[in-house]
Amino acid sequence: MKVLMFGWEFPPISSGGLGTACYGLTKALSRKGTDITFVLPYSSDQINADFAKFVSSSKIKIKKIKSIISPYMTSSSYSAERMKNPKKAIYGKTLFEEVYRYTISAEQIADEEEFDVVHCHDWMTFGAGIAASKRKNKPLVVHVHSTEFDRTGGNGINDYVYNLEKAGMQKADRIVAVSNYTKNMIVNHYGISQDKIDIVYNGVEDEFCCPENNFEIKKGCKVVLFLGRITLQKGPDYFIYAASRVLEKEKNVRFIVAGTGDMEPFIIEKAAEMGIADKVLFAGFLNKEDTMRAYKMADVYVMPSVSEPFGITALESVKNETPAIISNQSGVSEVLHHCLKVDFWDVNELSNKIISLLRYDALGSCIKENSSFEVSKINWDAAADKCLAVYDNLGRGAEQR
Amino acid sequence: MIIWAEAQSRGKMVSICFYFQVHQPFRLRKYSVFEIGQHKNYFNEQKNREILEKVASKCYIPANNLILELIRKTDGKFKVSYSITGMLLEQLKEYSPEVIDSFKELAATGSVEFLNETYHHSLAFLYSREEFIEQVALHRKEIGRLFNQKPKVFRNTELIYNNELAKLIEKMGYSGILAEGADNVLGWRSPNFVYNPVNSKIKLLLKNYKLSDDIAFRFSEKSWSEFPLTVPKYSQWINAVNGNGNTVNLFMDYETFGEHQWEDKGIFEFLRHLPEELLRHPDNNFATPSEIISKNKPVGELDIPNLVSWADVERDLSAWIGNKMQQQAIKEVYALENDVKSSGDKQIIEEWRKLQTSDHFYYMCTKWFNDGDVHKYFNPYDSPYESFITFMNIINDFKMKVKGM
Repeated sequence: MKVLMFGWEFPPISSGGLGTACYGLTKALSRKGTDITFVLPYSSDQINADFAKFVSSSKIKIKKIKSIISPYMTSSSYSAERMKNPKKAIYGKTLFEEVYRYTISAEQIADEEEFDVVHCHDWMTFGAGIAASKRKNKPLVVHVHSTEFDRTGGNGINDYVYNLEKAGMQKADRIVAVSNYTKNMIVNHYGISQDKIDIVYNGVEDEFCCPENNFEIKKGCKVVLFLGRITLQKGPDYFIYAASRVLEKEKNVRFIVAGTGDMEPFIIEKAAEMGIADKVLFAGFLNKEDTMRAYKMADVYVMPSVSEPFGITALESVKNETPAIISNQSGVSEVLHHCLKVDFWDVNELSNKIISLLRYDALGSCIKENSSFEVSKINWDAAADKCLAVYDNLGRGAEQR
Repeated sequence: MIIWAEAQSRGKMVSICFYFQVHQPFRLRKYSVFEIGQHKNYFNEQKNREILEKVASKCYIPANNLILELIRKTDGKFKVSYSITGMLLEQLKEYSPEVIDSFKELAATGSVEFLNETYHHSLAFLYSREEFIEQVALHRKEIGRLFNQKPKVFRNTELIYNNELAKLIEKMGYSGILAEGADNVLGWRSPNFVYNPVNSKIKLLLKNYKLSDDIAFRFSEKSWSEFPLTVPKYSQWINAVNGNGNTVNLFMDYETFGEHQWEDKGIFEFLRHLPEELLRHPDNNFATPSEIISKNKPVGELDIPNLVSWADVERDLSAWIGNKMQQQAIKEVYALENDVKSSGDKQIIEEWRKLQTSDHFYYMCTKWFNDGDVHKYFNPYDSPYESFITFMNIINDFKMKVKGM
């Protein structure tokens, strides 16, 4: 099986779960004997050292297109990025032009590559996927890791993005959704038949675990962690409101906000306004090692997402033996049962659960014990097997045609 | 082998002994950490009422009516026994008093025996002998008051049993006690005889779990090879005990009828025709636990040093005190005993006892909480963790209340 994959981020040049997901899935597919050409927008020569080693010894080929697009950019942040890039002359004027450039380069790549199926990840690659599939008359799988409705919380949907998402879903032979939650989004907001959608849950890597266990910050206080982009979708505001509620009852707690995003100034100001600035630490964007350390040092991980297609971070916290509180509005809540769940808007209940985890030791230890076992079954091999089944069914469909 | 031969000679007549456990807990209201110190109501009156009214109309009322009808139709030959917890009796008085009247009517037939247990359906035997004895006395008094019976036979919460319990119950004056006929305690022996606990005179009746669970758990199970369970088929299985035993002890939750097994699956029709079919065999009869005990000599001694229960395949206590949350929660409850009792405050003592009901700890069980499995048992919480949080918040509020804070 030869797969032509279109992605847009890969660790370490990634700012969200998409890069992590593509990395985990690609590795697992390759271990199972699948040949993959992975196309990436080119912005830097950096590549994950582990992965580089893995790539050189396996059946994965990375192809780069010269572009600076990154998945969570808005058109305005794209312009800012472009100003910083010395080679800006060769890039288009807007994010959408870049997507277009990515799309038209797909035909050339399709000509250069041998493949049985095109598999593309999220909206920016859908145009490229459609073009490559058409060029060689090969089936198209679009993999939906998030939708415009998740990213915007339903307010201010960008029509261009929405239309591109919808076109990809319509033209695809099969759609892969990362959860039933996402499947429902696709059915309800894009008018796609549910029969066309397969659910492939994300996994988490076994080795995603920090070996350290001795942190200075833990002396005399407990740690509650938020880790993700500081954007409306991830609910950092609910985290900070809950922090304030928790601090009314428990003084020796530190709240760490790890990540960057457009809501960061708002969150910093809020913390100051509520008089808890000394208890909230902003860690910025963390690399993989520091991400694992952050999970490991935390007593509680909180994922208060407003709309979370999956939420790999919840699994990552479990891998680091930290109990998670996740929002009911998430895909991961379909596979992770040994955790605490809240509606993202329910700050009182979130605070109740944070305090309970901080106070009642038996709660955290039972969750840790049971979730470790549960998460050991949620891995990329299982996800790869499901993807392969999706590919196989495509083949069968083609023969029947 | 001597015991076996002797038993066979005596095993001509088989008595069918029905015992139904009738219980509903006082479920807790969701209690937030922010309510600690506010001493709000701990119990979810609305939910408790809804559930009670539902179970009364689906099970208690139709089942009582049917059993009364069967007793009358057989001129009292059909007999059953009940153990009704104080927790349920209190809720029935409040929300569905007609069910109590109907139990009284059953008591008056002379074919119905009421057993004794802890009033609060608690695990007190494991944590406080003093408290255990007090709760048994409370229940005994209430059964006497309502049904005009002085129970001679005891059953402990969830059929939790060991030698030590048997000794204590014997000392308290009972002539019989019930337990699970678990394979690991019986070995090659049969549950269809009366036994003595080791070094004890009290008589031990053991649940025939196979024939009990055929009705209680498998009746509507389509994947079961014996589905559908018909009256003639089941009667044949009981008749087969003839010559191999004196008694078939069918112990189950009363809610089996209409609540766990639904009316539209035919559970009431099954019960309606069972007595007639069984009585057709000349060597069968129905008997209450006290009658079994007075009619049959023990065939041997059973040494059961470790605690057994009627729950799950494990037949142990792991459903209630198997994980750290359950252990922490129950320890907190019993640690308050002295403070609670020395307060002399009736309401505080009563609240404390309601918090001892085993269901609260059962809801915290994580054994079955995998792959999104819904608890086999009705669980008012979304997860075992939620139930623990609520319970601990309540206990912490209650602690402050006891200390007058």
